[in-house]
Amino acid sequence: MNTMQFILVILVALICGMASVLDERQFHRPLVACTLIGLVLGDLQTGIILGGQLELIALGWMNVGAAMAPDSALASTISAIIVIVGHQSIGEGIAIAIPLAAAGQVLTIFVRTITVFFQHQADHFAAEANFRGVEWCHIGGLLLQGLRVAIPTGAVAAIAGTSLVSQWLDAIPTVITHGLQVSGGFIVVVGYAMVINMMKARALMPFFFIGFTLATFMTGINLVGLGILGACAAVIYVQLNPDFHDSIKAPAAATNVGSDDDDVLG
Amino acid sequence: MTEVKKVESLTKKDIINTYFRSTFMLGSFNFERMQAIGVAVTMIPAIKRFYHKKDDQAAALKRHLEFFNTTPWPASAIFGVTAAMEQKKAESGDIDEAAITNVKIGLMGPLAGIGDPIYWGTARPILAALGASLAISGSILGPLLFFFGINIIRFLTRWYGFKVGYNQGTDIVQDVAGNRLKKLTQMASVLGLFVMGSLVSKWTSIKMPLVLVSYKQAGKVVDTTMQSILDSLLPGLVALLMTFACMWLLKHKVNAIWIIFGMFVVGILGYWAGIFGL
Repeated sequence: MNTMQFILVILVALICGMASVLDERQFHRPLVACTLIGLVLGDLQTGIILGGQLELIALGWMNVGAAMAPDSALASTISAIIVIVGHQSIGEGIAIAIPLAAAGQVLTIFVRTITVFFQHQADHFAAEANFRGVEWCHIGGLLLQGLRVAIPTGAVAAIAGTSLVSQWLDAIPTVITHGLQVSGGFIVVVGYAMVINMMKARALMPFFFIGFTLATFMTGINLVGLGILGACAAVIYVQLNPDFHDSIKAPAAATNVGSDDDDVLG
Repeated sequence: MTEVKKVESLTKKDIINTYFRSTFMLGSFNFERMQAIGVAVTMIPAIKRFYHKKDDQAAALKRHLEFFNTTPWPASAIFGVTAAMEQKKAESGDIDEAAITNVKIGLMGPLAGIGDPIYWGTARPILAALGASLAISGSILGPLLFFFGINIIRFLTRWYGFKVGYNQGTDIVQDVAGNRLKKLTQMASVLGLFVMGSLVSKWTSIKMPLVLVSYKQAGKVVDTTMQSILDSLLPGLVALLMTFACMWLLKHKVNAIWIIFGMFVVGILGYWAGIFGL
């Protein structure tokens, strides 16, 4: 890795870190973050493939309410560097990504606690109608979030090319690395479960089972095909749902199917 | 009655400025008042346009530094409504501070109820799944499709959300509670759950090569593995059960990261014991 690449890696990490709190332009998703690291390090292909694999695992990771999800930004940047610069397999990259996501989560919780300080500073600036001051408090919090990813990523980028990393990774017994690869096959369900729980729609669970059964027994159908079927099911459901027929049903009797039962499994 | 002052509406430039600021609204997320500073920073162009006295500006800033937390993208609609109310307040002063805060707080919950299933539960996972399926084979189309797809949806939500909110003002409250958005949310939930169901089957790989019974038939050894028994029952059954286990654990407030580590332990022990195979 030359100096230019090193600087670019840190820049990408900074953007990913900021994106992870913003959740706006999605630079922190593995699909984008790993691709960018791959681009910067001159191995776009590996970045894309690793990003795709990690994206599957992180599919349902989301910040809802005050709950924090595992952090995909730190996991993506560092594992991409380890795989590309440290010459490790994609499987190995995925295995190390998970502890990194946990570490990133701890770091972001730490920063979100520190930012309370900026919140109180902003109150003082607001009392004086100091717009600039409030804006700087905002930017301060944002920059801390960027640094929380950029600093660890920079540290790893500095040692990734040395034999230290490969020695350390080689020291892990194969039963562990193979076991991690095995769990990579089913760890994705955590994300799916997060999405299903968030929907809070027990009454709609039959659609989950229809999707499952169709995908299991219709070999050869791809995601686009399934998406079309799902969209059709959605439209038909709403068209036939008596809740949405105001003319034949008194509004007082209309009940909300989605929000009253938030317990999926009982 | 207070006299009605002439207050300029937001200009096109103000609206663009507000949009740009709104895309950074979560930057200073903190555990005390969550998205509060981001809301104040987003409202600054409107505050500057409507209020010219220092005291009024300070009061408005303070108002928007109150606790705020909702799904970020559709929050722009709330900003639109808030801007419309601020303008009315600046004009006649007969809207009190509490009314603005109440509308903001009142819209936060219902909007998250619509926004979370539509954006985090349906749009992003489906685009990400589609992108990832292309990316796994090394195609640059995967990340591009995801990045541009999701950003177009995000931009349209923010841009038109603010416009509709600003133009309709408090009338939007009926929209949020009305059937049209409920329909949309239900549609998103059906599609989201359908796709999640198909992913549980399609994108998990669990191999269980453990031989349970071995017998000789016509000189050949025939092995009955755990896999073949489960497959004859229902392929993907183990993944389905694991999904339900995760849902149950998440429901009981177990942190996702612990579940993930737990699954690693299951994978390693299972591989070591020969239950799971690569």
